[in-house]
Amino acid sequence: MSRPWRWLIPLSAVPVLVLLAYGFRLNPRDVPSPLISRPAPGFALTGFDDSTVSLAALRGKVVVLNFWASWCYPACYEEAPVLERGWRTYRDRGAVVVGIDIQDKVEAAQKFIRDFTLSFPNAQDVTGKVSIDYGVYGVPETFFIDRGGRIRAKHVGAVTEDVFRTHVERLLAEPG
Amino acid sequence: MTPLRAFALLVAAILVPAPAALRAQQPATHVGEEGVYEIASQLRCVVCQNLSVADSPSEMAQQMRAIIRERLAAGETPDQVVRYFIERYGEWILLAPRRRGFTLLVWILPPLALLAGLGVVALRLRKWTRRTPAGRADGVVDAAMRERIRRELETGP
Repeated sequence: MSRPWRWLIPLSAVPVLVLLAYGFRLNPRDVPSPLISRPAPGFALTGFDDSTVSLAALRGKVVVLNFWASWCYPACYEEAPVLERGWRTYRDRGAVVVGIDIQDKVEAAQKFIRDFTLSFPNAQDVTGKVSIDYGVYGVPETFFIDRGGRIRAKHVGAVTEDVFRTHVERLLAEPG
Repeated sequence: MTPLRAFALLVAAILVPAPAALRAQQPATHVGEEGVYEIASQLRCVVCQNLSVADSPSEMAQQMRAIIRERLAAGETPDQVVRYFIERYGEWILLAPRRRGFTLLVWILPPLALLAGLGVVALRLRKWTRRTPAGRADGVVDAAMRERIRRELETGP
């Protein structure tokens, strides 16, 4: 075999290794959403308490839009108290939490709401249209929407106290 | 008017308005199952592993198929429906990467690599087939080597 070719063989592995090194460093939970900084898709659903849950009515407020399901254990069970506390803390400061239950049974969802004594607006997305409009992959996923109705952040997995506070404080600090 | 021409006119009178009537009968609202399948099979089922929206029995895929049907019924073109999903999920939702931009590499590189490999093999083969007869004539096996081979053949392993 001629000389210049010989070291090309091990060398050809280098781009593959670089690609793998890059790929394995990515966090598979960070699914990029093309919706960031785009207007949040509107919706109007009937809540579990028969009230209307609509995004348009919340314009001017910071909205924490949470997609959940009663079968989503443990992540949804971990974040439910966090969301309820966040709602109670920030509701007077211009932020609201809205829950959307997807791919779920009504009775199971109602039990979930009772068990965690959730008091923020909650509705079931029966047709899946809202969740697909938001490009939801699974539960839980949470969108942080600014006062102007734009999606500013998406969080995949259980929302922690920290995540909630950071995003909501930042969006509340922005001029309406 | 000859009977033949009258017959032709009659046939024309029946046939000509037919396509127009058909078009009027089925406005944008008629959506065939294959139209939905065509689009659904291009989309990745987001809650599955390696399944298209057309092949998955999951609730999410069913809902996506319903949305495809609805959008087609509303008069959207298949391209517009696919774009709706790309706008929400990114190009990740497409099972086959697009044949343009960066993802074009995915389509071009494998055939290029195959061609390059075939080229290398062809070059090698030509070299080998040319060298063999020359090597035989060379008499590279010297007397000492011949002696060693003979000895090892006799003694066995």
